[in-house]
Amino acid sequence: MGHFVPHTDDEAAAMLGDLGLTSVDELFSAVPEALRLAGGLDLAPGMSEPDVLARAAHLGDANRRTGAELVCFAGAGAYDHDVPSVVRRVAFRSEFVTAYTPYQPEVAQGVLQALFEYQTVVSRLFGMEVANASLYDGASACVEAANLAASATGRPTVWVSRGLHPHWREVMGTFAVGTGHELVDIPLVDGRTAWPEAGEPGALLVQYPNYLGCIEDLRAAAAAARRTGALLVVASDPVAAGLLRPPGSYGADVVVGEGQPFGTPLSFGGPYLGLFACRAEHVRRLPGRLVGETVDVDGRRAYVTTLRTREQDIRREKASSNVCTNQTLIAVAFVVHLAWLGTAGLRELALRCARGTRYAREALLEIEGVEPVAATPVLREFGVRLRVPAEVVVERMAEEGFLAGVPLGDEYGGGLLVAVTERRTRAEIDAYAYALEKVVR
Amino acid sequence: MTTAGGRATSAPLMGRDEEPTIFELSSPGRGAASFLTTSVPEWGAEELVAPEHLRTDPTPVVEVSERDLVAHFTRLSHRQYSVDLGAYPLGSCTMKYNPKLCDEVASLAGLADVHPSAPAALTQGWMELLVDLEQTLCRVTGMHAATLQPPAGAAGELTGLLLMRAWHRDTAGGRERRRVIIPDSAHGTNPASVTLGGYDVTTVPSDERGCVDVVALRERLDDDVAGIMLTNPNTLGLFEEDIVAIAGAVHEVGGLLYYDGANLNAILGVTRPGDMGFDIVHMNLHKTFAVPHGGGGPGAGPVAVSPRLAPYLPGPRPVRGDDGLFVWSQPERSIGRVHSWHGNALALARAWSYILANGGDGLRKVAEAAVLNANWLRVRLRGTYDIPYDRPSMHEFVASAAGLRRRSGLRAADVAKRLLEEGFHAPTVYFPLIVEEALMIEPTETESPQTLAALADALVSIAAGSADDAHEAPRTAPVRRVDEARAARRLVPTFDARSTGSG
Repeated sequence: MGHFVPHTDDEAAAMLGDLGLTSVDELFSAVPEALRLAGGLDLAPGMSEPDVLARAAHLGDANRRTGAELVCFAGAGAYDHDVPSVVRRVAFRSEFVTAYTPYQPEVAQGVLQALFEYQTVVSRLFGMEVANASLYDGASACVEAANLAASATGRPTVWVSRGLHPHWREVMGTFAVGTGHELVDIPLVDGRTAWPEAGEPGALLVQYPNYLGCIEDLRAAAAAARRTGALLVVASDPVAAGLLRPPGSYGADVVVGEGQPFGTPLSFGGPYLGLFACRAEHVRRLPGRLVGETVDVDGRRAYVTTLRTREQDIRREKASSNVCTNQTLIAVAFVVHLAWLGTAGLRELALRCARGTRYAREALLEIEGVEPVAATPVLREFGVRLRVPAEVVVERMAEEGFLAGVPLGDEYGGGLLVAVTERRTRAEIDAYAYALEKVVR
Repeated sequence: MTTAGGRATSAPLMGRDEEPTIFELSSPGRGAASFLTTSVPEWGAEELVAPEHLRTDPTPVVEVSERDLVAHFTRLSHRQYSVDLGAYPLGSCTMKYNPKLCDEVASLAGLADVHPSAPAALTQGWMELLVDLEQTLCRVTGMHAATLQPPAGAAGELTGLLLMRAWHRDTAGGRERRRVIIPDSAHGTNPASVTLGGYDVTTVPSDERGCVDVVALRERLDDDVAGIMLTNPNTLGLFEEDIVAIAGAVHEVGGLLYYDGANLNAILGVTRPGDMGFDIVHMNLHKTFAVPHGGGGPGAGPVAVSPRLAPYLPGPRPVRGDDGLFVWSQPERSIGRVHSWHGNALALARAWSYILANGGDGLRKVAEAAVLNANWLRVRLRGTYDIPYDRPSMHEFVASAAGLRRRSGLRAADVAKRLLEEGFHAPTVYFPLIVEEALMIEPTETESPQTLAALADALVSIAAGSADDAHEAPRTAPVRRVDEARAARRLVPTFDARSTGSG
């Protein structure tokens, strides 16, 4: 039989005989004749492992990957951080990779405890009390946060800062068609969200630092939430958490984020990791899985998915979220990477990103025809306006060996978003600035 | 006992010593991190961040050496059952063997080190892979076009329902349809997705054969019905033989048919949802196409549609231009993005490589062996367990411990916990909801006849045991039965909540 089917022809025939059948086609007697696929699938015959690997490598070679030949200054929610060797070696052990959702806790303590530790570090990063066991990505975490807030407040309107990643806002808009939530776009003024004085939103959603890299004033956001009776939802960068005051300290009700920076390569955008944390008072509205500590019948410490009555398989049409499969393996990679960094390493990482960002920003702003998109302070990413359309700049800079950044859309007045991680050297930044000067001239 | 032919059971291999949390291993001053030498000026934090934003105390994470970190997670992995250790006959989950060549593909630098916002000119290899996968999935399902963005099955369901909504909005002159029909045997994600899609759930009962009650379905059909969600084969492992009549009836009132691809493994190369009349199909690549389940994800849930729904697909989509180059294209009436980027790309690459390795011929053999294994096991367990719908099944079947419970007090949960002791993972229990004491068993095609025989022997011997003994199980697993009520009552969701028990 096929590549990964162990049965020999004799074994398959013997099993058919046990069933009183003579051919495999008889196994499908319940499928009406008219629906049977007569000629088989219109696909090529199976390939050997080396042939498949060669084909995959060929497609890989048709991409220009980031590295020495294409030095990455692009970010916008997908960052070129180092992934330490331990992540591949331990988080991707086959016991974690090939396990199912921990529905039988007695034989799933490994994944359950890793998720418990993940929930703990996410809560600590954001200064919150509870975190779930992961969602799909930053966008899905924003959608679920809006759903939680609308349900908690009974208000279907969400004020969404224009500083929130445009793709995440677009995903929120897609799903709001089903939930009936009204998303109100709140503009930026010089890189910071200008919250309206009055209104009745169920939630305020702000990114910290925001899409332009600017550090939002969370005191102002919290004040606007208090003023209007809304929940404060902060989409927070886990790397920035090494240096910035945590959203929890400003009174955030829900903190979400994109977990890619820890443990996950750029991966053409996925699988990434949706971070989701909240105050304990909202735990019964928490979307997705939650792991809790308990004991077994002998009183030994054990872990189990808990508050299960929130979830779709039990609540069915009354569930507030339909999440089942999440991103557990990516969550394990996240906690392994973060534990490797440790308390001092997290701060050092954030510091190194901030140093590189400042150095690059100053170098770029010295170029004639390069202007900042905002005067508001930044941390690990910044926007610049150029005399040449950003798409053209990115194309020409690729010829010079740089992925120059991510073009900013018309809603931001155009320009280029530039990210600098701990992997960028002074020499690379100098060379980037030199090349950019030629390109925008 | 002979070992020839393999026997995938492994409980004795699992670690039974308690492992402290990583936070308890923490020791002040320890650390593992190191960084690239960059020669960037070493400004201090106070020079980089204004005081009102700067965190004064370091964010507490943990302080461990790399050696302790590796030991910790290695020990945790030993406390985890997995497909690589043994058979995992979880019904509806398709826990087949995950070929290692797919891991290699997902780790290729040419795929992993690509930024998702890079211009199309720099990512032609990825775009070709995605277009190739889309076309392949359409051929497997008999559909016209697909989106690869949904990152999981439930995300695919909601995407499909929003496609349904957008299509009705355009075709019905703005009149809303309010109801979506779901069988009483459906997965819980179906009704939850229907609610999030803005529809009301109408349940249709199963008939005595375990299939959709077509008479009851017709009674529920009118022009308020947006569509029906079906799994075929259904969650009892039975093929919906009346599917053509069902499709005709739903289409007659202007509704659409949604195919939940959870059980697609059973029909690969045998029949196709498109031929049955389905308009929207989601696939669980982490079931049918061997993307490893990762302890609960990441998966991938592409959605394929018939021609009339293609203009509504999420965008941007990769397409091949007239010049042979790949470009991003926004469908004319797109419902918008459903993912931050292009979906779980590396999971998509795994599925792509799995399909290449199998080919059209191999995929058909996957379905054949999956159905053969399930039927062989069903017949073998007949007489020991109740088989409420005892007729030829597809890739899975549902047994019941209801008789055992009456006779000896053994419940489905006891059978599950005893099976863990025997070195197998348990079947899905208490689902579908319409079967009392349900044991939903899906052996998958990758388990050998020898493993199946050992699994059958274990299930037969468990049924002969006493309930008192079974209540003690599992005794050989990393922990014994877990106090789930306590976990919910005294909630400890983080290490820091341990002292307080918040919530």
